[in-house]
Amino acid sequence: MHSFGYRANSLLTFAVTILAVMCAMASFSDNLNTPSPSSQVEVLSINWFQRQPNGNDEVSMTLNISANLQSMFTWNTKQVFVFLAAEYATPKNSLNQVSLWDGIIPSKEHAKFWIHTTNKYRFTDQGSNLRGKEFNLTLHWHVMPKTGKMFADKIVMTGFRLPEEYR
Amino acid sequence: MGWIGETVDSIKSIQIRQVLSQAVSLGMIVTSALIIWKALMCITGSESPVVVVLSGSMEPGFKRGDILFLHMSKDPIRTGEIVVFNVDGREIPIVHRVIKVHERQDTGEVDVLTKGDNNYGDDRLLYAHGQLWLQRHHIMGRAVGFLPYVGWVTIIMTEKPLIKYVLIGALGLLVITSKD
Repeated sequence: MHSFGYRANSLLTFAVTILAVMCAMASFSDNLNTPSPSSQVEVLSINWFQRQPNGNDEVSMTLNISANLQSMFTWNTKQVFVFLAAEYATPKNSLNQVSLWDGIIPSKEHAKFWIHTTNKYRFTDQGSNLRGKEFNLTLHWHVMPKTGKMFADKIVMTGFRLPEEYR
Repeated sequence: MGWIGETVDSIKSIQIRQVLSQAVSLGMIVTSALIIWKALMCITGSESPVVVVLSGSMEPGFKRGDILFLHMSKDPIRTGEIVVFNVDGREIPIVHRVIKVHERQDTGEVDVLTKGDNNYGDDRLLYAHGQLWLQRHHIMGRAVGFLPYVGWVTIIMTEKPLIKYVLIGALGLLVITSKD
């Protein structure tokens, strides 16, 4: 009844249970945080806009992205993954989401940023529908905790439009 | 001579009963683990409710040895979600993030492109030959939560099967030699 094996077993079970409860509480504490993020995106220039040999339109642009995601960080946050996606509709596809840029914010200090960049990933359509296309630029973020539940949300910025002609 | 036969019989019957009851209790442990696993599959709607991260392609967010809790709902797949998918012909599932979505107007079906956060290029190199997009039926679930380090047990047991046999052998020995 009081052998070493019995004691080691109950100690281990207790330790694992306590650890699980602590992880759950840490994750729950993330719900108490109310984030208030802000962001702004500007399309500085369209570098080129062509139809590829496979029939798909492709556009390359230079963007200014600025955001303040500091309110997202809690003590249980490991990193925030942020990315900018262009969203638009075409006759064939009710929704297209194309990620143009992403980045990893490792800590609260880096969460207020301003960057000037061309799109990291190619903005290609399925087909040739991009001339004169209106699109939204949505900043998405994904809060990855040290343990527990992950949160994701976004800010939609509307009012962007591609040129009518290839260039 | 009769009582020798009786004693031998009683010894044999005790041993058989003990062995049988221990086999039954071992079987109960294994089946209750299986029941919990299948129940988790039902609750989360995913074929594989818990996966272990095997590669470093999602660092620094997910390191090798972390476990991910998956959930699959009928909600449409959108960019930014971390999905677990199987490529035709490969058995090991891959955990990466969706970076492109094209959803058809008429059928609601989607073409999805994924990429590991820590990889330079997208996952087209990992897909089957000639495959450019993933469809919904490739995707097993979305990652909704995670626990660090817990998955190392599985990785060690898979990569060094000797430890798995030693562990199972020790467990079996413990069950057999325990007094209850």
